Amino acid sequence: VSLARFDEARRVAIFGGTHGNEMSGVTLVNLWVKNGSEIQRKMVDTKPFITNPRAVEKCTRYVDTDLNRAFTPENLSALGEGDLPYEVQRAQEINRIFGPKGSPEAYDVIFDLHNTTSNMGCTLILESSKDYFNLQMMNYIKVTDIRLKSLLKASIQLVECCFTSVNIVLCDWFIAGLEVGPQPQGVLRSNIFEAMRVILKHALDFIELFNEGVEFPTCTVEVFRVLERIDYPRDANGNIIAMVHPNLQDGDWEPLNPGDPMFLTFDGKTLHYQGSGTIYPTFINEAAYYEKQQAFVTTRRETLVASAIRKA
Amino acid sequence: MSVLISLYLEQSNSGTNRTTYVMECVSLPPLSNFAICGGTHGNELTGVYILREMQKHNVEKVGSVSITTVLSNPRAVDACRRYTDRDLNRCFTDDLLSSPITESTPYELRRAQELNAHLGPKGSEEAVDLLCDMHNTTSNMGLCIIFNSADWLILHICKYLQSKITSMPVRALQMDLPLSEAFSVDSLGKHGFSFEIGPQPHGVLRADVFNTMKEAVDLTIEWLQQFNSGRTFEGGEVEAYTRWKTVHYPRDPTTDEITAAIHPQLQDNDFKLLQPGDPIFLSLSGETVKHEGDALYPVFVNECAYYEQKIAYHLTQKSTLTLPSINVKKD
Repeated sequence: VSLARFDEARRVAIFGGTHGNEMSGVTLVNLWVKNGSEIQRKMVDTKPFITNPRAVEKCTRYVDTDLNRAFTPENLSALGEGDLPYEVQRAQEINRIFGPKGSPEAYDVIFDLHNTTSNMGCTLILESSKDYFNLQMMNYIKVTDIRLKSLLKASIQLVECCFTSVNIVLCDWFIAGLEVGPQPQGVLRSNIFEAMRVILKHALDFIELFNEGVEFPTCTVEVFRVLERIDYPRDANGNIIAMVHPNLQDGDWEPLNPGDPMFLTFDGKTLHYQGSGTIYPTFINEAAYYEKQQAFVTTRRETLVASAIRKA
Repeated sequence: MSVLISLYLEQSNSGTNRTTYVMECVSLPPLSNFAICGGTHGNELTGVYILREMQKHNVEKVGSVSITTVLSNPRAVDACRRYTDRDLNRCFTDDLLSSPITESTPYELRRAQELNAHLGPKGSEEAVDLLCDMHNTTSNMGLCIIFNSADWLILHICKYLQSKITSMPVRALQMDLPLSEAFSVDSLGKHGFSFEIGPQPHGVLRADVFNTMKEAVDLTIEWLQQFNSGRTFEGGEVEAYTRWKTVHYPRDPTTDEITAAIHPQLQDNDFKLLQPGDPIFLSLSGETVKHEGDALYPVFVNECAYYEQKIAYHLTQKSTLTLPSINVKKD
């Protein structure tokens, strides 16, 4: 496809607090709910929205269940209303307000703001390698802002994943999960906050330009495609018996070669990566993933070609 | 325990008079029992895992020292939260330890009284000789040894650890409250202190932090054994950060919501002298707030758990504490 045409993106949502203790998104959305002038663009209706208010109030990731895994077809059609887990009720509510997909009232673009304790810099998480709209947006942001490169360690990367997140349900739309780290849960770091704010500024500028009819020529984008999740070594009772090795800790997006140190046991023994080839690890030592049996995620580096895009 | 201070007048090479105060060696009773606590805050993982390893290896006695390992707040550890009802590490004032327990008493108040019975009672002869409590902070503080009163034993342990640990800076912080008002679990011991290591996000276990905490605990036990076996530890000086002054976040006057973040130039710069005019906050609307008043040392900059009380950091002064040589009292 040499030129892909899409309808205008008229309605844009910005989600914060999908995890109640990821403070950049919570703070930005609260700020914009009070005063949305910064996120207004010509001919675009932008709606900032706190997706999990109870978790935000308690400054916890979730109340009953992880909202960012709650958007399953079963959950969305479940009956029982007030008896359902809080986040399932929220998923249904969000689907009502911003969807459902295919309907004329559905939102066109959704940004879901997250933080991670991993040293990932700014990461855009997309569903598909054919998502030309988001790939072009990412390219636009990288090309437009040199300041962003000096603010954070890694430039924007793309990760293709298969979580049952907000993204899955709304997958007809253009969804960008934006993950910025490292930041502890419950903490607001100024540099992380400002980086997320600047990325969204450029993203909205891109949407405005697109809506005005600007054609974005074909471009190549470096992306990291998720391969598998690696758990901590555990004993027979399920307790972890080793920690992420100091050499791997904070090494998101750096190559991990077969034989490189991967874990360190509590009594000082090194466990090495046994894979067959070099991978690029990410989500290294994310706090929320201990319960999901995930020490880090392996990815493969690829170069994708995004076709030119223009408004239909 | 008595101390004699001798006064000497000396002639230096340049011919001027110089007064030297020399403290005589102080003898202290042996330290036979050592309690090590972790999980006082359930999401500060280093202590939880250090304890797990010590318990797995049945560490009960090392030479002359009996060791008790205590998981302070098991419910909070299970939930990986700081606390369930209220902060356990604020429950050890004399008043709270003697308050009556009813059905509606919060979990942590009950637990504090249990710990007091087990490791104390606070202020009594039965209390454990030395208590060490392991903590983490999201602030960039390296390894801190935090104690209430600057007794010479603890200062010597500080001095020893500072001379041996090279993986990160080691600093002493003194709270200096009257014992009855001391609120943390380490106040239960005859001598008590906390290890505080950061930065580490709560709910995360970093290998480098674990290794330093393990080294600090091992060195403390080593020091105790050497002390008990008669070694004299030479006196000297220890720098300590004292006289804490709390700085709160700027807040919206109507909603009480925090309206600024720690400024990027202050972030991660714990223990770097803050001068008048230095930036401290960057508001959400982009204005810089500057430090006014004396030049002081910030600590606990952007600690996650302090948002609840809207505390941004504490300011401290640096003091030099002099310690005499010490050794164990022989009967």
